[in-house]
Amino acid sequence: MSEIQKTPLHDEHERLGGRMVEFAGWHMPVEFEGLRAEHQTVRENVGLFDVSHMGEIWVRGPKSLETLQWLTSNDVSKLEANKAQYSLLTNEKGGIVDDIYVYCLKPNELYLVCVNAANVDKDFHWMVDHNRGAEIENESAAWAQIAVQGPKARALVGEIFGQRMTSLKRNDFVVTTYDLENCIVACTGYTGEDGFEIFVPNASAVTLWRMLLRTGEKFGCKPIGLGARDTLRTEMKFSLYGHEIDDTTNPIEAGLGWVVKPQKGEFLGKSPIVEAKEKGATRKLVGFKMIDKGIPRAGYPLLTFDKKPAGTVTSGTLSPSLNEGIGIGYLPANMAGEGTEFYVDIRGRALKAKVVKTPFVTPKS
Amino acid sequence: MSSPNPYNIREDYYYTKEHEWAQVDENIVTVGITEYAQKALGEIVYIEFPEEGQKVNQNEPFGVVESVKAVSDLYAPVSGTVIEVNSGLLEDPGPINDDPMNDGWLIRIEMDSEKELVNLIRAPEYIKLTSKDKK
Repeated sequence: MSEIQKTPLHDEHERLGGRMVEFAGWHMPVEFEGLRAEHQTVRENVGLFDVSHMGEIWVRGPKSLETLQWLTSNDVSKLEANKAQYSLLTNEKGGIVDDIYVYCLKPNELYLVCVNAANVDKDFHWMVDHNRGAEIENESAAWAQIAVQGPKARALVGEIFGQRMTSLKRNDFVVTTYDLENCIVACTGYTGEDGFEIFVPNASAVTLWRMLLRTGEKFGCKPIGLGARDTLRTEMKFSLYGHEIDDTTNPIEAGLGWVVKPQKGEFLGKSPIVEAKEKGATRKLVGFKMIDKGIPRAGYPLLTFDKKPAGTVTSGTLSPSLNEGIGIGYLPANMAGEGTEFYVDIRGRALKAKVVKTPFVTPKS
Repeated sequence: MSSPNPYNIREDYYYTKEHEWAQVDENIVTVGITEYAQKALGEIVYIEFPEEGQKVNQNEPFGVVESVKAVSDLYAPVSGTVIEVNSGLLEDPGPINDDPMNDGWLIRIEMDSEKELVNLIRAPEYIKLTSKDKK
């Protein structure tokens, strides 16, 4: 895959003044009016994200549940129709192939798996290679996805899709129609705020995007770039694949034990994960704040108080909400307690930081 | 918008290909980042300066500016000694965002040799450089 891909909303972004960059093989807007303003729009009003680069893999048929139970760490049997769950595709060594969302349209018959853009091909092949008899289809190219996030997302989505949307709880979704096309409106997101992710066929994406922007005007709705998407998720300490987690990360050290359900039966990587759970992980993913003035960045070393290597920053930024340097990174388990002070090596200078409680920010909605 | 000079590039400044500007007043060179650079980086929130008295070398990093999402090295347009830094920006980086070509200046260098100025580019070439990058 060498050609840079464009989402159905690409021309809309250019028209709205989006600064376009390459991300995971896609030409995506990183910023519109400015990262900080966009971040604030989502925390206070409502913002629109084009997340059409994400992948959609369908799992169908009478072996769909058995297959997903084998492939993923969470308990898919707990999903009723119109419920979704965060989960992990795991490998035999207990590493994370991808972090995903599983949507149950009909138990043991029809599931949608939403995967990270950079991992679509890897995940699809992984799922097919470890299939237990389901029909697995990669329909990523046919689907666009728009995230509507922020305290006023519910009011906006309610106006367009009907008031029943306003009663959806976190991880509920409905299949409905827009522009005569089937679409999925799910009460999920990656910002920590209340909000929705809408799966819509490519052909209707532009109409829906424009409708959301126009209807949302009175709520202060604006388009949001990938830059703010990253600062919003960092403030919540949500993992980003390739940063906090990868094929070698154990879910326990990554703080994702809550989506590992060994009681459900066998699944790929179960024993190394259960072992880590019982023994406790040797390193832990923590959130930290800078005490000295500075901004931690992915890849910077973390140091003990006698300046010995202790770990690495996986994500870091200036928190637009708090206006201070925040980071996520791995530290040895004995340094991972709240309040522990350590150093971040910021371009050769050891600057003081401390482990804090996360999320860094408590959303209003 | 078809203004031929959307980034307020000044005729009397010198420029680097890394998007610093240099204003030369005899042997004193005031250095900043261009408006083009500021727009590309987004809001600058943090600056790392050299010490006053420190030596800097042409085309070598002398500090960094950081936006919310990225770190960017600053390159010295000439070799010499840092005689002043715009330390007010440490408390309030506002001027580097609002007026990077004037009030948002970064450092003043006492230049070793004006012969190095031939390695810098002038406004017409810099305008070309920044319009090429535009979509």
